Amino acid sequence: MQRQVALIKQSLFDQGYLDDQFMELEELQDDANPNFVEEVATLYFKDSARLINNIDQALERGSFDFSRLDSYMHQFKGSSTSIGASKVKTECTTFREYCRVGNAEGCLRTFQQLKKEHATWQDRRGLGRQHVGPSKERDK
Amino acid sequence: MAEVLLPRKMEIAKDPSKFGSPHLLHVLAVDDSHVDRKFIERLLRVSSCKVTVVDSATRALQYLGLDVKDKSVGFEDLKVNLIMTDYSMPGMTGYELLKKIKESSAFRDIPVVVMSSENILPRIDRCLEEGAEDFLLKPVKLSDVRRLRDSLMKVEDLSFTKSVKKRELETENVYSLDSSVHSQLKRAKI
Repeated sequence: MQRQVALIKQSLFDQGYLDDQFMELEELQDDANPNFVEEVATLYFKDSARLINNIDQALERGSFDFSRLDSYMHQFKGSSTSIGASKVKTECTTFREYCRVGNAEGCLRTFQQLKKEHATWQDRRGLGRQHVGPSKERDK
Repeated sequence: MAEVLLPRKMEIAKDPSKFGSPHLLHVLAVDDSHVDRKFIERLLRVSSCKVTVVDSATRALQYLGLDVKDKSVGFEDLKVNLIMTDYSMPGMTGYELLKKIKESSAFRDIPVVVMSSENILPRIDRCLEEGAEDFLLKPVKLSDVRRLRDSLMKVEDLSFTKSVKKRELETENVYSLDSSVHSQLKRAKI
């Protein structure tokens, strides 16, 4: 079972879904703080849900306030970097570049891709975490 | 009573990174991102630092007592050894916070480290010119924090040693009880 988890985890690394940063987070976890990674991930998902919602609303309105969108993305990129969600971080960077040149179409396209990557990361997170002690049942 | 002092001082001599509670580095961390606050707090605790975390530059100034207009004095009894601040924050930026701290008489000597996810050279230069101790790229690594801690501990250790020596000289001929206490301190230093 351990080996299966290790293989899955390796595949996630190879595909670029996890990165060194996630390993750093795991290294900060110990017996005295066994839920650290989960706690940070929970904060991340709260943050990202809020940001995705804000951006969705802004884009639906049709008014492209690029500087506001860029500001949301800056936050999103920051927390994705800290949690080790590298593909999400890449999409954030791309989105910000479209903002910089005022390319609305590019922003929309990239945002769809970003949401996909984010959802994948959220699903895969459960698999990546299994070796870290007993996992609690959560309906996310 | 005197015997209890000795083993504790011996521990400090053996492992300089583990100071007894009066000598833990107290770090004030400032970041508007919840994820990053959690992360930096953990990095600092793992590095045996005492941590206070706030979510904005304004709150940092409040904590230091510098928020009142025209007040450059602040809470002088507050012992903060290091301030680590994010650069990009809504409202007051980390750069502006850095300037305010360096303008205050009470806190200008506290090292301020600026953190940013963006590697922008003019930004880094500006911060260093304004007196930042260091500029760290996010995500901050445990090795960054340890390096900071170690260099600050050396400074604190030096000033602690100086103040111990000073106390020894001052109390040498005053009380016999004190001289037995300070002679234990002498033995512990080795």
